Amino acid sequence: MNENEVRTNKRPFLSGPYFIWIIAFTVLPLIVIFRYALFDGNGHFTLSNIAAIFSSSINRKALWFSLEIALGCTAFCILLSYPLVMALKHLGLSKRGFSLFIIILPMWMNFILRILAWQMILSNNGILNLLLTTLGFEPVRIANTPTAIMIGSVYDYLPYMILPIYTSIMEINEDLIEAAKDLGANSFTVFCKIILPLSLPGLLSGIVMVFVPSMTSFVISDILGGGKLQLIGNIIEQEFMISNNWHVGSGLSVALMILVLLSMAFTRKRTADGKESLVW
Amino acid sequence: MKHLKHFACSFLNCVKNIFLAIRKHFKGILSGIYVGLIGLFLYAPILVLIVLSFNKGRSRVKWEGFSFKWYEALFSNSQIGDALVTTIVLALASAGIAVLIGVPGAIGMHALGKKKFKVMMGLTNIPLLNADIVTGIALMLWFVHFIPLGFGSVLIAHITFNIPYVILSVMPRLQQMNVSVYEATRDLGAGPVYAFFKIVLPDLMPGIVSGFFMAFTMSMDDFVITFFTKGPGVNTLSTMIYGQLKKGIKPEMYALSTLIFLVVSAVLLVVNGISDRKKTPKAEQIERI
Repeated sequence: MNENEVRTNKRPFLSGPYFIWIIAFTVLPLIVIFRYALFDGNGHFTLSNIAAIFSSSINRKALWFSLEIALGCTAFCILLSYPLVMALKHLGLSKRGFSLFIIILPMWMNFILRILAWQMILSNNGILNLLLTTLGFEPVRIANTPTAIMIGSVYDYLPYMILPIYTSIMEINEDLIEAAKDLGANSFTVFCKIILPLSLPGLLSGIVMVFVPSMTSFVISDILGGGKLQLIGNIIEQEFMISNNWHVGSGLSVALMILVLLSMAFTRKRTADGKESLVW
Repeated sequence: MKHLKHFACSFLNCVKNIFLAIRKHFKGILSGIYVGLIGLFLYAPILVLIVLSFNKGRSRVKWEGFSFKWYEALFSNSQIGDALVTTIVLALASAGIAVLIGVPGAIGMHALGKKKFKVMMGLTNIPLLNADIVTGIALMLWFVHFIPLGFGSVLIAHITFNIPYVILSVMPRLQQMNVSVYEATRDLGAGPVYAFFKIVLPDLMPGIVSGFFMAFTMSMDDFVITFFTKGPGVNTLSTMIYGQLKKGIKPEMYALSTLIFLVVSAVLLVVNGISDRKKTPKAEQIERI
């Protein structure tokens, strides 16, 4: 911020309403959830609600499974997104809004219905197996397995990885790539030395936008896991909706929040200057 | 015989040319195939839903003939109509209010010192970084203390997670803004309000518009936060569909989502066409320079 701006824009009071809103509906709710987490029903201080995420074997299993799904989903999304963006670039589709349009459009159909459609595709006598048997292959049994949840998660969160990577790769100065090629670099070297490093900010925001929701979702595992495979999100949802145990539910949420923030700590460095958008 | 030889030669030549062309365009072909496969992955479930919306029977696995009956049923189903209206009103209102709070918020934050700015930015990022389920539960626990859960609580929740999208799309515009123009306007006698509407607002407009649409989309698409902050009787399309999961989805839902999908693709195509046409003269200008 240079001196000019400081002199011209001297209306910090304009952020007053927003500040009040943040305090009222972001900070205070967090304080409330911490209070529920740190006290038991009789008002005694306890850490057992938060520790419940590790102390019960069901929770431990769900947490581990959530981590597996989130890591796998993020990795697959990255592996699918880079070739896609490079292919779009190669085909010259990058300059037109059309390819973005194709990627964003599916997000406009309700995601629960789309996941339900995957259930129909993947079920044992579903569309995929119908295709496979018609073509003479063995049918696959992936309904209600971790694989099905993984496919659903990758499907649902792929656009959130593609978009930021797409944006950051399209911003790369074409002259840099030309210069590298002139100096004898092949496409692989160009990708490793120029495109990958320069698209890192996009990759990082993609990771944040895929990892957190894929770890904490409970709808995808509900539909594609057949009710038996539970992510940590399912456990928390049941604490609130079925067992009505708000203190344990809050404890698990707080533990989850801390874990997520810790695992995201490395992406904060990039945005530490505060001026960069975390989204896209 | 001669003819045959000639023919064979040209045939071989042709094959060779095709082969060369394939080798030359190998990357292009591979790219095309890959893009096609990803497209198939993204659109397969949508295709399934569209096909199902025309299925005569209730079955989710068997095709029982083509029919428009779920579309007819859709228009006489007031519950789905209510949920659709709630969803759209909620998205419009929450995105609109988020703009009204977020744009002045961004301008005010821009005027803050570095430290305070960082703190505000950190607070802004909380709803984005936090898992939806944590945000939803925290808001629910807070709401039950002083307001009944209903449309109002869902609206507040949606505004809360929408404001950051507005701030994050307006802030870069604000930082790139040329301050001299505003100063010149003021020096020439314009009041701060007049100068704001004539100079600052038009400059911020693209950011405001994209922030609004992002907020609108996020609100339309949200399930988790709505699920935890809504009261009985209030339903958006997402929560309604989730409620039907156990009993079986009403096929009218497939019809409705097909209609929404078609309307949105039409709108986006038109918007895309317009912005493409707008861009071309500019791009040509740049190329000429």
